[in-house]
Amino acid sequence: MTSASAGTAGIVASAGGAPVVVEQVAKRFGATVALHEVSFEVRAAELFGLVGPDGGGKTTLFRILTTLMSPDSGRATVLGRDVVRDLWEIRARVGYMPGRFSLYGDLSVEENLQFFASVFGTSLDEGYELIAPIYSQIERFKDRRASALSGGMKQKLALSCALVHRPELLLLDEPTTGVDAVSRREFWDLLHELQRGGLTIVVSTPYMDEASRCDRVALIQQGRVLAIDEPAAIGSRFPRPLFAVKARARAALLTALRAYPHTASALPFGDAVHFSDARVVLGPDRVMSELLAYLHGEGIADAAVVPTVPGIEDAFIELMGTIPELGAV
Amino acid sequence: MTERATTSAISVSGLTRQFGDFTAVDSISFEVGQGEVFGFLGANGAGKTTAIRMLIGLLAPSAGTARVAGFDVATDAEQVRRRIGYMSQRFSLYEDLTLRENIALYGGIYGLSDEEIRTRGGRLITDLALGSHADDLVRTLPLGWKQKLAFSVAMLHRPGVVFLDEPTGGVDPVTRRQFWEMIYEAAGRGTTVFVTTHYLDEAEYCDRICIMVDGRIAALGTPEALKSEFTAASLDEVFVRLARGTGAAA
Repeated sequence: MTSASAGTAGIVASAGGAPVVVEQVAKRFGATVALHEVSFEVRAAELFGLVGPDGGGKTTLFRILTTLMSPDSGRATVLGRDVVRDLWEIRARVGYMPGRFSLYGDLSVEENLQFFASVFGTSLDEGYELIAPIYSQIERFKDRRASALSGGMKQKLALSCALVHRPELLLLDEPTTGVDAVSRREFWDLLHELQRGGLTIVVSTPYMDEASRCDRVALIQQGRVLAIDEPAAIGSRFPRPLFAVKARARAALLTALRAYPHTASALPFGDAVHFSDARVVLGPDRVMSELLAYLHGEGIADAAVVPTVPGIEDAFIELMGTIPELGAV
Repeated sequence: MTERATTSAISVSGLTRQFGDFTAVDSISFEVGQGEVFGFLGANGAGKTTAIRMLIGLLAPSAGTARVAGFDVATDAEQVRRRIGYMSQRFSLYEDLTLRENIALYGGIYGLSDEEIRTRGGRLITDLALGSHADDLVRTLPLGWKQKLAFSVAMLHRPGVVFLDEPTGGVDPVTRRQFWEMIYEAAGRGTTVFVTTHYLDEAEYCDRICIMVDGRIAALGTPEALKSEFTAASLDEVFVRLARGTGAAA
């Protein structure tokens, strides 16, 4: 199966363009609209991120792209094939790592890999080269039951199982959720290694900081795409000059900033509060000096203000505010 | 945010837990003051969950002692459980019960009277502006609402100490910040907040943080103190430097 479909795949990919094309795809479950006419394209050998909180529609999108679910309207193609009509051809050629651990807990690490390889008509030996960088990290536990692995090891086994049939497209639904910051970095390093080998990867994450590891990202919230761009460019969608304000008494600082009549936004970001002034025509020096004078007047003597570059999370929050029903929390 | 008070809400000394020949928590000691927001960080497998299970009276220590809300977790686990609130990301509310039913259930478990459940539950729903959803099944709520509700329910019996295990995982960035404001409010009323998170920007919001590596405490202090101790610009940097301990699992 693999060798035959790999042959046609080359033709389709070279003739057909983007490995993933989503055109106005909508999906609802009863009264809940999971996707509102979502559109995007993923380029060949791209590492594309779907970034947004839970409940945004990321998993529904993955289920549609993996042909496990049909869209209500709109159209999607994966590797040049239609997700509704050509489901069997798509299934043989994509690797999918679902958000929930979905391997067989009672099988050993090696048995899981052999099982997934055999389902796709191949063998662990044939797929070994592609999974080697990941599998080598857990190979010493190959006789251990999958249910007895740590979270990080389960994640690496699941990725190995998704790759063992040498797919042309890898779809990863929240592979790093609940994983600590260090393991998350290592996982992204692995994805970059796979991408260098020519694999196209679509990955979802609720962690905004991970967006910077993607070539391009789509920000997704409540079934809508808020923006699609390169990570560095997304921050620049923030429409006003942004400043980082610090003071020892952080709660008092936040209260004072919210009470300031010229505040357009004031949100805590780590050890600072990101502030923007509603008077966009004012120069940054004026904004900073007026703000400092105000904060000193409010008794926050150690306040410090510096201009800062808006990040993805700044832009995401700002864009959330542009959709009326998202503000109602 | 607040000055650390002299009385300890949590007092841990030499706390240890072994599973067979594996030491999950290896003689940790620390104090948490009344009204303090205490961040408990570490890589997966560093021993955080085991430590929390001992502190909330669900797992007996192999050695050492821990006093929480005035009682010893080994000898008075029942008294500890009455005086604490607990919320985890994975499980906190019953999805197939309505908001109001969840409140009544948890109020009952914590021994509140019907009158208390009515008044406190009513206020809770008003404060969260969830009045129009009071009779909806919890599973129909967006995750962010669910997490705010779960926190309020964990506070229903006005515990002295509340344990929050990854309360904001997967929550949108606006709701995540609203959640932290609820944490500050609770701390301002004197509740001690013991919280774990994988978001290192949130670690900055804690009064003090503790970083576990391989079952031991690798660092403990205010965010400012840790950044200067490790000459790091951010807690992310501190964490990355520490968290990949020598024996940590892959």
